[in-house]
Amino acid sequence: MAAPQQQKLKVNGPVAVTANRLTDGAVVWRTKAGGWSVELVDAAIVTTADAALALLAEAGKRDLDAVGPYVAPVTVDDQGTIGPGNLRERIRVAGPTFELPH
Amino acid sequence: MYAYDEFDRAFLAERVAEFRDQVGRRLSGALSEDEFKPLRLMNGVYLQLHAYMLRIAIPYGTLNAAQLRRMAHVARVYDRGYGHFTTRQNIQFNWIKLEELPEAMASLAEVGVHGIQTSGNCIRNVTTDQWAAATPEECDDPRIWAEILRQYSTLHPEFTYLPRKFKIAITAAGHDRAAIKVHDVGLRLHRNEAGELGFEVLVGGGLGRTPFVGKSIRPFLPARELLSYIEAIMRVYNQYGRRDNIYKARIKILVHEIGAEEFSKAVEAEWAAIRDGALHLTDEAIAEIRDRFIYPSFETLENEPAALTEALKDSRFATWHRNSVQAHKVPGYSIVTISLKPVGAPPGDATADQMEVVADLAERYGFSEIRVGHEQNLCLPHVAQKDLPALWAALEAAGLATPNVNLVNDIIACPGLDYCALANARAIPVAQEIAKRFADLDRARGVGRLHINISGCINACGHHHVGHIGILGVEKNGQEFYQITLGGRADEHAQLGTLLGPAVSYEQVPGLVEDVVDTYMELRAGPHELFIDTVARLGVEPFKERVYAAH
Ligand code: HEM
Ligand code: SF4
Repeated sequence: MAAPQQQKLKVNGPVAVTANRLTDGAVVWRTKAGGWSVELVDAAIVTTADAALALLAEAGKRDLDAVGPYVAPVTVDDQGTIGPGNLRERIRVAGPTFELPH
Repeated sequence: MYAYDEFDRAFLAERVAEFRDQVGRRLSGALSEDEFKPLRLMNGVYLQLHAYMLRIAIPYGTLNAAQLRRMAHVARVYDRGYGHFTTRQNIQFNWIKLEELPEAMASLAEVGVHGIQTSGNCIRNVTTDQWAAATPEECDDPRIWAEILRQYSTLHPEFTYLPRKFKIAITAAGHDRAAIKVHDVGLRLHRNEAGELGFEVLVGGGLGRTPFVGKSIRPFLPARELLSYIEAIMRVYNQYGRRDNIYKARIKILVHEIGAEEFSKAVEAEWAAIRDGALHLTDEAIAEIRDRFIYPSFETLENEPAALTEALKDSRFATWHRNSVQAHKVPGYSIVTISLKPVGAPPGDATADQMEVVADLAERYGFSEIRVGHEQNLCLPHVAQKDLPALWAALEAAGLATPNVNLVNDIIACPGLDYCALANARAIPVAQEIAKRFADLDRARGVGRLHINISGCINACGHHHVGHIGILGVEKNGQEFYQITLGGRADEHAQLGTLLGPAVSYEQVPGLVEDVVDTYMELRAGPHELFIDTVARLGVEPFKERVYAAH
């Protein structure tokens, strides 16, 4: 999955902007208030390419909090619950899919 | 072990201080990400899916107990309590915070360990046989030559910005455990008829998007000419290697495009001009490096001491002994492989506790030496045979005595989509699921030697092209799919696997692998015909017919 921001952005469903937090690499989501949150529920959700690109442009203005922002698919169910939109994002949200050594 | 000198230590301390400053400037905003990224990569720091990853070089796969113990410490204090040993004889920590990286690096530097040249377009960690200086098969300790190359290539100004990364592997034994034919340069150390030491030089091997088996460009290079000849290769590569297209930049593409013969001619011409220059290795220079390797003071012992014979009456010990213990060149000693492939665990991962156990055992029974092999297992190269029963009991207690080395569940797997930002598909859980299908190790032993290699994308970090069964993760419409190849091998008869058929889904892979193995069991000429030989004899067709009929 090449960096999606470098591809022509196709949006056919809800998307959010995500990145990694500078200090520790944690997965973060761009919020409506223009900050970053580690909780996907806080993410600003948009549904058009223009809105997504605007969100991405805003997110890319400052690279001190989060690095490598890109547009990622999300799901929104009937109750409005937000979830990751594909396996890659599921893993980013929930961690590796097997039990870690301990 | 190699004794590092004060220069190495001072240099490492300086590098850590420099990196600490760079991290500080990044966190304060003085450096942008674009400025910082190449700096962190030069120190082995990547950003993966959900955290930073630190890659640490283990030069030629040799560690001492203090170094391994320090790695355990770093895993416990700065990471989540484990590390991942890789096919390049390195270790990776998956969860380190940028803020804490300088501390972790300082801690590692104290024992002479670092991440320099584990990333970027430079000459990477030179890899070799994990049985170096222990196996009776070898003609010399290949690490001497790996160390000579390490010193030559480290921070060499001309080789810091090569067209692409550059990997060198060396073997000094007839049986190649270092996969030299799939490296940019492979070196086979041997003696000629006159008894002189020299290298067969192979170039242009590699995996990734465009895999090639290396081509021999010189059957015998006198050992002392090593550096001038490598320099000649690097110059030809630097001059003609492509920098316009990252996918065509490896030396293998150049060798393929102009042909091994042309390439060889260019190297020979370059070499003729420099071979008597400053890079000519004198006997003194070689002896000096040789002297810095400290070898164990072996006792005079007999093979098969009574304690061992007695212990072999225990069938569990005997099973492990048959699988994981190999002949040593010194009577009364053995080479022990420690499987990091307990059935169902992530291949190549070791917990901090396990690293400490291995460090302790290396101190007690193995002259403090530990090796990392490209199969993602560890090795104690020098263990007295009389100590094997006690060693086994301690390994067993730590979950480190699974007798499955070289068996179907001794799987090589890259981090895949569970960690890696470049991945298409997962690799580790696929390996775990396959391993579980063969959890009955009697069955696995019945199958015999069989290497399964899995990569989560075309970059081939899991060496899938050269697995007896190779598994490559691809993406189809947002789903994980896997291409299966048969008949690859990474040893002295290296070859790339042949595609079995259409890619299958994540869920189908373990069953398909089982079908391939069952088909082999039916078709093999007898228990002594290995999987790889049956595939060589029959090709993939009979496998394809059976397997795809069943799915
Ligand atoms: C997770 C971070 C990693 C990243 C970003 C990464 C990236 C890459 C890339 C881009 C290539 C292709 C290079 C080329 O063809 O020019 C590659 C090849 C390779 N990497 Fe990795 N890799 C990672 C982890 C690993 C691990 C964990 C291992 C060992 C298990 C490994 C060992 C190798 C090997 C053996 C090759 C292929 C051989 C060759 O260079 O021809 N890498 N890697
Ligand atoms: S093969 Fe691909 S998925 Fe696996 S570690 Fe390498 S780059 Fe990542």
